[in-house]
Amino acid sequence: MKSLFISNDKTANIVLLSLIALTVLVPLCNAIFPSASALHFSAYTVSLLGKYLTFALLGLSLDLVWGYCGILALGHGAFFALGGYSMGMYLMRQIGERGVYGDPVLPDFMVFLDWKELPWYWYGFDQFWFALPMVFLAPGVLAFVFGWLAFRSRVTGVYLSIITQALTYALMLAFFRNEMGFGGNNGLTDFKDILGFNIQSEAVRVALFMISGLTLIGAFLLARWISCTKLGRVVTAVRDHEARVRFLGYRVEMFKLWIFVFAAMLAGLAGALYVPQVGIINPSEFSPLNSLEIVVWVAIGGRGTLYGAIIGAMLVNYGKTVLTGLLPEIWLFTLGATFVLVTVFMPNGLAGLLPKESGETRT
Amino acid sequence: MKANSFKWQMSLLALLMLCVRPGIALDESITETAQFSAENQEVSEQQAEAVLDPFANALARLHLGSMKDREQASEHLSMTGHPAILAILEALLDGRLYTLHDTQTAVIASESGQSYRIAEASTGVDLGLVERSALLKVNITNSLRTKLRKKISLLQLQSDDASVRLSAVNAMVKTADANTLELLKEHESTEQDEDVLSTIRLIFALHDLQNSDKLVRLNAMDTLKEYNSLEAYNRLSALVEKDSAGNFIEADTEVRKKAQAALKKIDARLQFYSSVETVFFGLSLGAVLVLAAIGLAITFGVMGVINMAHGELMMLGAYTTYVMQQIMPNHIGLSVIVAIPAAFMISAFVGIAIERGIIRFLYGRPLETLLATFGISLFLQQTVRSIFSPLNRSVTTPEWMSGSWQINDFLSLTWNRFYIVLFCLLVFAALLQILKKTRLGLEVRAVAQNRNMAKAMGIPTARVDAMTFGLGSGIAGVAGVALSQITNVGPNLGQSYIVDSFMVVVFGGVGNLWGTLVAGFSLGIANKMLEPHAGAVLAKILVLVFIILFIQKRPRGLFPQKGRAAEA
Repeated sequence: MKSLFISNDKTANIVLLSLIALTVLVPLCNAIFPSASALHFSAYTVSLLGKYLTFALLGLSLDLVWGYCGILALGHGAFFALGGYSMGMYLMRQIGERGVYGDPVLPDFMVFLDWKELPWYWYGFDQFWFALPMVFLAPGVLAFVFGWLAFRSRVTGVYLSIITQALTYALMLAFFRNEMGFGGNNGLTDFKDILGFNIQSEAVRVALFMISGLTLIGAFLLARWISCTKLGRVVTAVRDHEARVRFLGYRVEMFKLWIFVFAAMLAGLAGALYVPQVGIINPSEFSPLNSLEIVVWVAIGGRGTLYGAIIGAMLVNYGKTVLTGLLPEIWLFTLGATFVLVTVFMPNGLAGLLPKESGETRT
Repeated sequence: MKANSFKWQMSLLALLMLCVRPGIALDESITETAQFSAENQEVSEQQAEAVLDPFANALARLHLGSMKDREQASEHLSMTGHPAILAILEALLDGRLYTLHDTQTAVIASESGQSYRIAEASTGVDLGLVERSALLKVNITNSLRTKLRKKISLLQLQSDDASVRLSAVNAMVKTADANTLELLKEHESTEQDEDVLSTIRLIFALHDLQNSDKLVRLNAMDTLKEYNSLEAYNRLSALVEKDSAGNFIEADTEVRKKAQAALKKIDARLQFYSSVETVFFGLSLGAVLVLAAIGLAITFGVMGVINMAHGELMMLGAYTTYVMQQIMPNHIGLSVIVAIPAAFMISAFVGIAIERGIIRFLYGRPLETLLATFGISLFLQQTVRSIFSPLNRSVTTPEWMSGSWQINDFLSLTWNRFYIVLFCLLVFAALLQILKKTRLGLEVRAVAQNRNMAKAMGIPTARVDAMTFGLGSGIAGVAGVALSQITNVGPNLGQSYIVDSFMVVVFGGVGNLWGTLVAGFSLGIANKMLEPHAGAVLAKILVLVFIILFIQKRPRGLFPQKGRAAEA
């Protein structure tokens, strides 16, 4: 069990410690210092940091698939959005009679569309115990079906990347339709409560931040543990030489499927944590561009390291917030240029700049 | 008769004026109509003439008189037989007839930028540009409008041009009354043109449908069922309808049965035309997909490079069209033609720069090229956004591409779609010829099949790579020119096509140009076939899901590469 918390990789330990520090210090500062103090984190900042944490979790989940298994999934945002929608549906049902139209059961947009009954797939989402497993199940089932079909028929490389992109694109188009019953292009928003607490209140925001932090730490440890197990080793081997692993007698598609579904569930969890902190979920989360951005985070941070994904996601999104605020014109230039430079000059991302400690190979 | 003799007098007068004032330059073609031209200082003279001249008189009442006068004046005007009548009445109908404040003359105006270009109504002589405030519009009532339409078609019926006569009779189909029928009957005996005659017979048959004699009605239906006329269809449907009490409006059972049969026959043709239209829409959508995908098929298929910036190269082509139109605003049609080679050069140049600058470091790592080119695409998008603003730019469609080919009431094909299908096939054929017949094509194929062997044979592979990428990018630029004619030109133009074009290439089979062609057209047609049943968005989703499932079954597309290249 010792290896679960302290690994041989120093950088990983540093990242882990910083995460723990962040998770503890931000709420502490928020509680101790008065709102005028420079060390006080406002509710806005806490939510912003919380958002970065959920993005880091999302990047981490993609790193499992791409960095460890070599599957460049260009539709990972779909799982994130599905998790987000599951949570959004729960939050939507919590609004109850406080909506604009005051309908006790139907969300506002359904009343607006003149729907008389709640669609069957909305049943149960008024209960948290039902919504929570759906956060994992919705993306998990999709990943299972998609992966089962794709890996079994040995769709690999570029082809797989492109059909994952098609998947998220199709879902985006579908969720944009009002008839789907997910709020069309407005998505789900205007949330009031979560588990009976006011979602706007500072305490809830801090709590959500802490949960995000703890979840990220947990997921990081879990992912690291998986990468050390036999399963993780085989998955890494699949990345490095798929045919050889198959000839050794492993059922490659099962390993791929397993890691794919697991990562999809993690992404769903990230989405579920993202939605209450941001206060909205809409179909643009499904856009192929968003999924590509996740790949950017991981590539910049350095794939196949786990902590690289976390650093990448946090850094890129921090940069995005700063630059889009100050110089919106520059943001895409910077992102584009960073991307080109990273792929050409730093194929292993920021993590690749650090002195190597373990002799991993990468294709 | 009276008008004619008057005309002679006037001609003489005009000749006289010409002798007295040789300074007036008169174009030969308008000499006749210019007879009445009078300079401003001669207003009094003109007014004196007006009393004698029924045309000038009627025209004056038409644009200066009261609303009531106007109706009568238009009646009088059309009886004068003056050659300018048709133009005046048409201008009146379209609201282009104005009174010039200064001289109180009737003018026909057309908008020209901020101001109006005016021409004297009675002569057609160009009077130059004026401000809107110098003009007073001649308004008409709805009842006058209806009458004008009829009058115009009657005047057009006298035209020497068969196509003008055809449009005149077509305008009469809906509104023909006893008077018009009388006129048409007269006209029928002298009419030579088949199409005009056939339409006249349609009008007669429609009229006969209301006849009291049952036999005449039945015969009329026999005629009507052969016509592809919306009006005939509507009138026949009215015969088989029931009123609110559930009783048939038409009492006669035999007539109803016959109408039903006639409708059935027209319906069958209607179905046929609508499927022709669907296929045509599908082909045009397919052509767009093929155009977008074919450049990708080269860079992706032949070189194994996933170029996410492909859409942005198309966008550059579309913006080239826009810039060309800005450079030559008076030659819109020409600018689109010039834009084709220009867009090819610009996109090809950018493509070669991308290949030399970035992609050549990444060969053999397809996933990395995907990421790097995605970065480039963001860069290009923002560049365009900074230069041209994030808003969509409007590209004008040249005249010969706008409008549609009206085959009959049930089928009309828009020209721009038609041209795009044609253009797509041309580009495809040209590309195929380049790959088959030229030295570059030979080298490209050699490198695609076996890079090392090609190198050993002395083919400069690095140069070939750059040229191939340039070729694929250039074609993307050319596709952009086509896209600029059918969609908005904006920074996001490329993004909206990139997923689709990848789908087409993957569906068709990587490295196979024919596969791309077949895939593009079949996806386009499938999409349009689904649309009426499922709606546009759902149709697209279904097609995407179909491709995802299809790839599971045939992971290498419709026409997979065989042999050693397949595993590369």
